[in-house]
Formats: sequence, structure tokens, C-alpha cells
Amino acid sequence: MTTATPEVKVPFYKKLFMRESKNYWNSYVGGVLLGMVLFASFFLTGNGLGASGGLSRIAAFIEDMIAPDHVNQVPYLISMAGGQLNPLDNWIVLVTLGVIIGGFISGVINGRAKFETNKGPNISNRTRWIFAFLGGIFFTYGARLARGCTSGQALSGGASLSAGSWVVMFAIFGGAYALAYFVRKLWN
Amino acid sequence: MIPFPLSLEPTYGKLIAYLVFLLIGLAFGYVLESSGFNKSTLLAKQFYFKDLRVFKVFFTAIVTAMLMIFGAAAIGLLDYNLIWVNPTYLWSGIVGGLIMGVGFILGGFCPGTSLVALATFKIDGILFVLGGLVGVFIFGETEQLITYFFNGSYFGRVTLMDVFNIPTGVIVIGVTLMALFMFWGGEKLERSIGGKAADSEPKARYIGAAVVVTLAIIIAFVGQPTSEDRWNLIESVKQPELDARAYQIHPAELLHNFHEHKINLKVIDVRSESDYNIFHIMDSQNLSLEELPSLISEFHLEPANTLFVVASNDEKDSTEAWKYLVAESVPNVYILEGGINYWLDTFATEYEKEFCEGNKDNCQDEELRYIFTQALGASCPAAYPEPEHFEDLEYITKIKMELKRAPTGGGCG
Repeated sequence: MTTATPEVKVPFYKKLFMRESKNYWNSYVGGVLLGMVLFASFFLTGNGLGASGGLSRIAAFIEDMIAPDHVNQVPYLISMAGGQLNPLDNWIVLVTLGVIIGGFISGVINGRAKFETNKGPNISNRTRWIFAFLGGIFFTYGARLARGCTSGQALSGGASLSAGSWVVMFAIFGGAYALAYFVRKLWN
Repeated sequence: MIPFPLSLEPTYGKLIAYLVFLLIGLAFGYVLESSGFNKSTLLAKQFYFKDLRVFKVFFTAIVTAMLMIFGAAAIGLLDYNLIWVNPTYLWSGIVGGLIMGVGFILGGFCPGTSLVALATFKIDGILFVLGGLVGVFIFGETEQLITYFFNGSYFGRVTLMDVFNIPTGVIVIGVTLMALFMFWGGEKLERSIGGKAADSEPKARYIGAAVVVTLAIIIAFVGQPTSEDRWNLIESVKQPELDARAYQIHPAELLHNFHEHKINLKVIDVRSESDYNIFHIMDSQNLSLEELPSLISEFHLEPANTLFVVASNDEKDSTEAWKYLVAESVPNVYILEGGINYWLDTFATEYEKEFCEGNKDNCQDEELRYIFTQALGASCPAAYPEPEHFEDLEYITKIKMELKRAPTGGGCG
């Protein structure tokens, strides 16, 4: 019974996602504001920022729902989800949730929240998706091994002048630059 | 006391604490998205020197936060000892970092940026997050195979100041100048390889550069608070408590805590090595006053239920050590009342008396009063007294365990 009328009234929530896309901030302005957020985190809580820790706990939560007995046998998971422990009951999960909400708000306000796949011009969407998935596996595996990712190690530890974090930071950029030439088709 | 960081959860409750974390995350996500970090193609340009946005945002943030942290610490507003400084695990850090680099160039995101990409419906971002969950899963399942490597090459809380052995201010200036140099080089690359216009960045950034260099110099000039400065900040509160003997615990209270399962007890013996060899309390650690500074960061990494008790032959040296530890914000530190001399007065048995020729006549400050004919170390009953034998000892309980303010884990837990 849907009759197509040329004058479609666009509902409010759809309009939200049809805003004109605005430019990103200047890099240095973004950097100063990011630095202030990072400082606020240290200043108020003593902790820096993080992202992979939250993912880690979400994964542990899923595993704990599916196979709680198994979780209780894996040392790495016990500390997060063993016995009665709720892996989501941790500050980093709140930060992770906040990141998603904050990113969403900024994306909607500035007209950048839309379904799309960003990719290099010479690959298909499917190739991009496969490599995004693969990249995610590598990145968080490495992040667990190094005890933090670009946020928890490189950014937070970089600002608090942790020696180990500076090493991790150089390793991340070193690894990416070393491989960049060989996978240039993905992006160029 | 240095007021920040706040003791969030113990003071304001879990709800408020978690709300603060949520708001911090929200601001983090907002800034990441607005800086263009939800767009993988933009992030990847970094690695082909076409657009160095990632470097610029990242190092501007590090310099900004660093200047604010050490600026606030310099004026006694923020306690650097209580800030989470990622401990160094050298080789797992390097290998993990390299693997992350592989993930970065293949996937086009890092975990934080993939979350804002997911939040703004980028399908590649959503797949990166899903892959990320799989990566965590694989790590959890395989950690047992590499646990030695994962936990090896541990160096504790090591800062760049420790590595280069130079003052904080110099490092702060160095990092600031390095970042500015990288921005200068990066912009040159963006013009030559990325084909950007010469005026694509606003002139105001030169003012910004001048501001950060000036701030770094001021921070170096002011310097970070010394232990003495830190003690002066708390002296008006702590000295009267010390005089009222709020922190001097009776030997029997220490003995009681030997058997308290919820307490992680650390007895620090600050006497000479020879006195320590003659007699010491079981499991006590012999550390000189000079050795304490290098161990502060280690003490901060101890679990929240750790109780530190410092002991010397009487109370003079142990009080010095106590002041130092308390000034450096180590929580739950107490002094053994009357020192080892009083400990032996209280707990010496027939066994020790057999090896003892009596007391020294003119016992000086900080001298072991008992004259032993043989070095007993901790292999005698008084080193680990049987609590049943001393149940009738009366004392005033003084230990009140405080929840610690310093985080015990970073965002990597």
C-alpha cells in the first residue's frame, strides 16, 4: 500500500544522517585537543587512554557466555572473566563505550556518519573488507602481546614518558612503514 | 598532599568513577572522529608520505599532554608517582609493536580509530573491529604457548629520564623539539610527495610552536619536586601524627600481620648488612636508605593490599625511611616500634639467649643492643615467632589500610 509520492517527508532521524559533510579539524588543533583529553584522563584518574583493552574484555565476555568452563581454564582469561568476575566491570570498558558514543556524536553533527567503505582506488570493496578484517586480527594480537595499542601504549605512555611505550611506538610505525611498499596496491 | 590524581572510586564511588571514564572516552572518541581518524584512506596516506595527519595529531597530542602533565607536577598539583606509566617489557613490546604495524597497514586502522569508524558506519571499520575481537580471542587461547616470552624482559616502571639519566625538563624539551622537527619535515614531504599547497597549514602554527617551546623551557627551569619538596608539602599533617605515634606499630601488631592472609606484607630492614646478618625478621628485605629511591616505582606496582613496615635497630633510621616513602606517596607504610631491639626484647627465646652475651653498656643510637656470639640471620625462633606463644601481648592497633590511589593497571588489562 505504499504509494510513491514525489514529496516524501523525510523523518527527523533520517535527516540527521543527511547533513552536509564537513571537513575534519586542522591536524594541530585536533592534536592539542586530543592532548588535553589525555591530560584530563591522567589528571583525574591517574590512567591514560586505551582502546584495545576494552575490545579484549568484550571478547572475554563473549567467550565467557559461550564457554564459561573453558574460560576458567585459560590463565589469560581467568584474570578478566574467571569464576564470578564480570569482564565488563572495568574502567577501560567505559572508556571504550565512550569512544563509540563520542565518535558517533561527532560523526552525526558533522555529517560524516554514513555507510561507506573507504578503500584504495585499485581494489574492490570485498578485498578491502578482507584486509580490514585481517588487519584487525593482527593489530589486536600485537596489542595484547605489547600490552597496549596506539592509544594505551604509544599515546598514553608516550606522554607520560614511559621508555617501553616509546619503543612500542617506534615498532608500530616501523612495522607499518616496512610493509607499506609491498602492499601499496591496497591504498594507491 | 598533592591533590591529583583523584582517588576516584574509593572517594566518590563506582558510579561517579565510571561516569568520569565514560565522559573521558566520549571526549576521546569525539576528538578522534573530528581529527579524521575514522577514514582509513586518510590514515594510510601517512605511510606513503602523502598526508602526515596521523603524525601531526599524534605528536601534537603527546607534546600537549606531556607539557601539561609535567607542568602540573612541577607546581605540585599532580603526583607523577601516582600516574600510570606503562611498565617496560622490552621484547614482547617490540614484537607486538611490529605486528601492530602490520595490522595498521593491512587494515588501515588501529583499535581506537576503528571504534570511531564503526561508530560512523564505515564498513571497513566494522570489519576491523570484528577482526580485532578475533585477534584478542586468538591471543587469549595461545598466550600459554608464549607466556615466557610475553612476561620476559620485564624492566618495571622505566621512564626516558631513567634510560638517559637526565632531568625530566631536558627530556621534555627534547621531545618537544623532536616533534617540531618532525612536523617541519612532515610538511615538506606533504608538499613534495603529497602535492599540497605551500599555504595549506595556517600561519598560527608558528605561534603554537613558540608557545610549546617556551612552556618546555619553563618546565625545565622550574624542575620537578624533589623528595624534600614533597615532604615539605605534607609535613604539617604528617609530623604531628608521627609525634603522636600514629605510625609506630608494636612488634605484636607486626607479628599479627604475618598471618593475615589478606595482607601482602613487606618488611624493609634499613640496617647495615652486618646487623642484618646477625639477626633479622624472617622474609624482611635488607635495603639501605640510599637504595630506596630506585625502588619507589616498584613499590607503587605492588598490589593494593600491600603493607610496608620499616625497621632499624631503634626508630631513627626507620623514621627517615618512613618519611621518604610517605613523601613519595607509597601507601600504607608503618614503622616498627622500638626497632629490632624492641622486637628482640619482646620475642627473644631461650634459643637466642644461648647465643647472646648480654647487652651493650653504652648503646648508641641505631646500634644493635644485644651482643650475639654468632650470626643467626633468620634461622632462629625470634625471626618468626609462634603467635600462640605471645597471645597475651597487649597493644594498640594502629594499622589502617588505605585504598591506593595509583592505578595498578593501564588500559591494557
